[in-house]
Amino acid sequence: MDPYVLKTLNEARRARRAAVLVTDLGDGRDRIVREGDHVAGDLGAAIARAFRTGNSGTVDAEGRTFFLNAHLPRPRLVVIGAVHISQALAPMARIAGYPVEIVDPRTAFATPERFPDVVLHAEWPEDVLKRQPLDSYTALAAITHDPKIDDFALKAALDAGCFYVGALGSRKTHAKRVERLLALGAGADQIARIHAPIGLDIGAASPAEIAVAILAQAIYAFRSRGLEAKGAVA
Amino acid sequence: MEHSIYLDEARDPLIIAEGWMKDGKDVAIATVVETWGSAPRPVGSHLVIDAEGNFQGSVSGGCVEGAVVAEAIDVIDTGKAKMLEFGVADETAWQVGLSCGGRIKVYVERLG
Repeated sequence: MDPYVLKTLNEARRARRAAVLVTDLGDGRDRIVREGDHVAGDLGAAIARAFRTGNSGTVDAEGRTFFLNAHLPRPRLVVIGAVHISQALAPMARIAGYPVEIVDPRTAFATPERFPDVVLHAEWPEDVLKRQPLDSYTALAAITHDPKIDDFALKAALDAGCFYVGALGSRKTHAKRVERLLALGAGADQIARIHAPIGLDIGAASPAEIAVAILAQAIYAFRSRGLEAKGAVA
Repeated sequence: MEHSIYLDEARDPLIIAEGWMKDGKDVAIATVVETWGSAPRPVGSHLVIDAEGNFQGSVSGGCVEGAVVAEAIDVIDTGKAKMLEFGVADETAWQVGLSCGGRIKVYVERLG
C-alpha cells in the first residue's frame, strides 16, 4: 500500500467522509476514490455500488482484478426533540444500526429517566451542532413542533447535506416553515429535500408507529441515496 | 451494542499502521478480500503487522493470524505482495472444533 494513500484514507475516515480504496491485485497499485469522483466503465459501476451498499469485494474489470474496500462512515440519526415519538424512535434506530443522539433544550423533556441509554443533549441545537457538526452520513429528524428549536437544525441539516431531513407537522405547518427557511437563506431546492409531513405514509397513528414511519423513511433515504446528492456537502 | 460514530483510534488497524510508519517501522497490511461460507471477519477486515511480528486487528477469529504474521514478515523483507488462502482442509489454519468451516482469502502487502 502506498503510504500517501493510507494517510489520505485515514484522513477521510477521521473526518467521516466516504472513500473506496481500489487495489489492483495484479500489481498491487492502489488509489483512493472519493464519493462523487467519476470513474468510467465497469470499475466505475462497481465503485458506485460499493459506495451505495458499503460492501467491499473483488471485481474483474478491464481484464484486471481489483479489490474495492469501501470505507463508509457509520450513519447516525440526530433527533431534535425529546418527545414521546423520540422515546420509541431511539431504541428502534439503535437496533437497526443507527446510533442516535437527541437534542432538546427543554430540560423537562430531555431527562435520562425518559431516555435511558441514549446520548442526550439538554441544550440548544445551535450549541450542540457547533461542537458536533452534521454531515452527509447523518439523518436529522426535527420533531419538537417548535420553530425556535427546529428551524436552525433543519437549516444546518440542509447545508450539511444530511442524507435524510424530516420535519414533523402538517402540510399547513410545513408551508409556514418553508417561508421561515427561505427567510433564513435556504434555497427552494434545498427545502424540497425536507420530508414533511415526516415519515413514510403507513397510516401511523401512535407515537411508536410514527417512529417506525420515520425510521423506515430514513433507512430508505440512506439505501437509495444518489451519489450526486452528496455535492451539497459544505 | 452501542457503537461510536467516530473511529476507535486506539484499536483501528489502519490508524495504527500509519502511526507505526511515522515511527519508522516497516509494516505489512493484510486484508480479507474474499470469504466463502461462514467466516468470522468480513471482507475488508485488516490485520497490520510490523517487522518484529507485533500485530493489531484481525482477519479471522484468531485462527489464522499466526500464519498471516509469519507470511507478513516475508512480505516486509521482499516487498512482494502475497495472496493467502485458508480453508477447512488447512491444518495450520482452522482447528478441529471450530464451527466456522469457511474459507478466506487474505491479501498481504507491504506498506511503502
